Amino acid sequence: MRSIAITVNGVRRELDVEPRQLLVYALREQLGLTGTNVGCDTTTCGACTVHLDGESVKSCTVLAVQADGREVTTIEGLQSNGDLHEMQRAFHENHALQCGYCTPGMIMAATSLLKEHPDPSDEEIRYGLEGNLCRCTGYHNIVKAVQAVAGA
Amino acid sequence: MSVTERTSKVIGTSQLRKEDAELITGRARFVDNITVPGMLWVGLVRSPFAHARINGIDVAKARELPGVVAVYTGDELEFAAPLFMAWPINDEVKNPPHHPLTKDKARYAGDPVAVVVAESRALAKDAIELVDVDWEQLPAVTDIRAALEPDAPIVHEEFGTNNAGSWILERDSPVPRRGPTAPFFDDPQLVKIKQEYRLARLIPNAIEPRGVVVDVNAPMGEYTVYSATQIPHILRTTLTITCGIPEAKLRVVAPDVGGGFGSKLEIYPEDAICLALARKLGRPVKWIEERSEGYLATLHGREMIQEIELAATRDGVLKAVRVNLTASMGAYLRLVAPGIPMLGAWLYHGCYECDAYDFQYTNVFTNNTFTDAYRGAGRPEATYAIERSMDALARELGMDPVELRRKNFIAKDKFPNYTIASGLTVDSADYHGTLDKCLEVLDYDALRAEQKARRERGDRKLLGVGFSTWNEMCGLAPTRVLAALNYGAGGWDAATIEFMPTGTVRVVTGVSPHGQGSVTVFAQVVADQLGVDYDDVEVLHGDTQVSPLGMDTYGSRGVAVGSVALHRAGEKIIAKARTLAAHELECAEEDLEFEGGNFTVKGTDRSANIKGLAFNSWTAHNLPDGMEPGLGATELYDPPNFSWPNGAHCCVVEVDPDTGSVDTVRYIAVDDCGVQLNPMLVEGQVHGGVAQGIAEALFEEARYDDEGNLVTGTMTTYLVPGPPELPPFEVHDTVTPSPTNAMGVKGIGEAGTIAAPPAVINAIVDALSPLGVKNVERPATPERVWRAIQEARS
Repeated sequence: MRSIAITVNGVRRELDVEPRQLLVYALREQLGLTGTNVGCDTTTCGACTVHLDGESVKSCTVLAVQADGREVTTIEGLQSNGDLHEMQRAFHENHALQCGYCTPGMIMAATSLLKEHPDPSDEEIRYGLEGNLCRCTGYHNIVKAVQAVAGA
Repeated sequence: MSVTERTSKVIGTSQLRKEDAELITGRARFVDNITVPGMLWVGLVRSPFAHARINGIDVAKARELPGVVAVYTGDELEFAAPLFMAWPINDEVKNPPHHPLTKDKARYAGDPVAVVVAESRALAKDAIELVDVDWEQLPAVTDIRAALEPDAPIVHEEFGTNNAGSWILERDSPVPRRGPTAPFFDDPQLVKIKQEYRLARLIPNAIEPRGVVVDVNAPMGEYTVYSATQIPHILRTTLTITCGIPEAKLRVVAPDVGGGFGSKLEIYPEDAICLALARKLGRPVKWIEERSEGYLATLHGREMIQEIELAATRDGVLKAVRVNLTASMGAYLRLVAPGIPMLGAWLYHGCYECDAYDFQYTNVFTNNTFTDAYRGAGRPEATYAIERSMDALARELGMDPVELRRKNFIAKDKFPNYTIASGLTVDSADYHGTLDKCLEVLDYDALRAEQKARRERGDRKLLGVGFSTWNEMCGLAPTRVLAALNYGAGGWDAATIEFMPTGTVRVVTGVSPHGQGSVTVFAQVVADQLGVDYDDVEVLHGDTQVSPLGMDTYGSRGVAVGSVALHRAGEKIIAKARTLAAHELECAEEDLEFEGGNFTVKGTDRSANIKGLAFNSWTAHNLPDGMEPGLGATELYDPPNFSWPNGAHCCVVEVDPDTGSVDTVRYIAVDDCGVQLNPMLVEGQVHGGVAQGIAEALFEEARYDDEGNLVTGTMTTYLVPGPPELPPFEVHDTVTPSPTNAMGVKGIGEAGTIAAPPAVINAIVDALSPLGVKNVERPATPERVWRAIQEARS
């Protein structure tokens, strides 16, 4: 076991983890933050995307010990003062989700994308989100939602 | 009594979804988010071989690992019955026992042979590695045709064959088809074409993997199964049969479910194993599938060989269609698998008139993961065969494929309720109108002109356009038809509407949505019908304790069956409320008009609002003689016919002949699902369906090597398209209301998946036709396209 401290959604959390523990399971099973989902075992689907020191990472491919001393933001930390983040609202308003399983990761990836490319073309959005898979929407409305935030 | 006016209608408007709030904030309750105190983790030991005898299993090391609670083999974990198979299509069907843990041999790579139970997820994984199985590898067969050869390895020895049974329309259909076809194929005056298409094996890939949590109340013998399932009701009944637990003591909950597409329309070994473990150990258990594990353990879809023949006059009048399918069942017959090809049986002549029709199929066992329903189930297969063949026939006749389709469409004036060549009765359609809309959006003439100009210029990239004018039967299904087809259950569904004393409305539906937006749509239906606020309607589903009756969600039945059941329950409520209103207002019932929640005495301003009536029926102080208290109603609705949506889809591609890569330049979908309750959700269903259909045409194929190893065994080797691989969609509609139900609705969930594959492949073949290419097998990967070009050139 290793003792680590991660600032998760602005709160410092101390926890003991097995060296092999993945960040996503530390978040889900040790800290109870089940908003971050797991959809594959090959770093392909992006359902587990969170922000690590402000950049999007797939938390199934980061060891919890690698997050020691760093800041993590999950979907649960995206709202401020109880208000939806504009990306959350855009996903709702543009019907950019159906089953919703990929959605937390997709929203985290999309907010990160706009930070790097504030005014993307549709094409750039599609390539920017290529690491996130959705099986329900065909991405059409996801692109629309991200564009709605970019254009706001 | 207060009178509130409520006139604004929500049906037909794009209400944003009630479902979204939890999903976008990370507060959803997917099965992996459920933790029960004292819960143990379950792991499956699976066969690494496609076909291998089990000579022994040594579990000693695994049992000794600290933190491991139990390890069981197939002989040690007992079940009352094998897993339930619900569709023995006829007396020919060969249904082997499918034990949750196989006892004698493994029949596919991934077949579970032992189960470990441990204190943590990681320990369960460690324990799996410590189980030592003494395998004797056997020759495997994974090719459908090879499996039918006399010397093929036999998947189930007791049958002496891999032929799992045939179904023949002429013999087995409850309705007579037009035919026979032989005289037409013998007629020398007619043009005949014969096509063979191989449909790849597909992995459904709902983004949420499967999972099961079983909570146990040991002293009471009560169990709650939380399963990532589309079918909590069917799961409860079948688990009762398999595990021998009384149905009254078994509660099944489908919590938030992250997509299904058929893959969660199944009774899986893991469901039964987890329930059996919870009973044996008296402790709650949890199993969560890993993705690569799921590629072996979760059902596959669609692998079949299609032979289709068309006979037509020289001027393009279709006369006869004859179809023979050979379909892969994989290693066992799962829940409804033997009947999946049959779901296309009445559709292989598409939207077209013909004088004769024959159809049959044969199911085959192979050493692969079992197949079963995947989005569209039987109908995408049918649409693919006929729509590809119509293009082939057009080429043979030198006709434009659009002209050929138009010439053979069943005319609009034949409806309502026209009996088509296959024998079923289609309630409504306007095939010409739907195609016209598609052509208009596309600007077909301009596109053909551009194609001609490009070809004359010798442009390197090849432009092609492909159509798919499809129809389907969904909204499964009229029970009398299911009964005639030997299906193991009815096709009805249940809905209950209850007014709460305070005037809000509780809706309980027997369908079990998992992304479709049914909660939103059903609230729209009830709000409009009863004249209450949309926000005052709560829709509950997916828990057998809350909704004891239901047939769940699949086959585009949520709206086509579920919402119609709801609407009919609403009619019962209005009838009762009318009686009470007449009693209170001291008038005759026929003097009352009901609008916007108010019963008004005609020609007066005297009225009673339904919420007030609901309250009064709850206090029950002043009810007419004989009236029961409360304002609620239940409807069990059995649809009298299938739902018959249709559409015209068009795909425009550019093919690079040097690399074989295909770029989908435009995708136009014009669908007709009758009256649309929520156009935004209809469009969303089309988007997702088309995405899966394009993926089926271009990217997706589960491939096995000769020994039966799944070589596309992870998400990195099986291409689930990401955002860059798919085009934006141009979605349009026509509206031909269904005369079968009062709301005029039809199903839409599978439309895109049914329509898209032939539109895409027809476009590719159209692009390559100047090079002499007549067929490209799917998925049309760059390599396949390139090879098709090379073969045509040589």
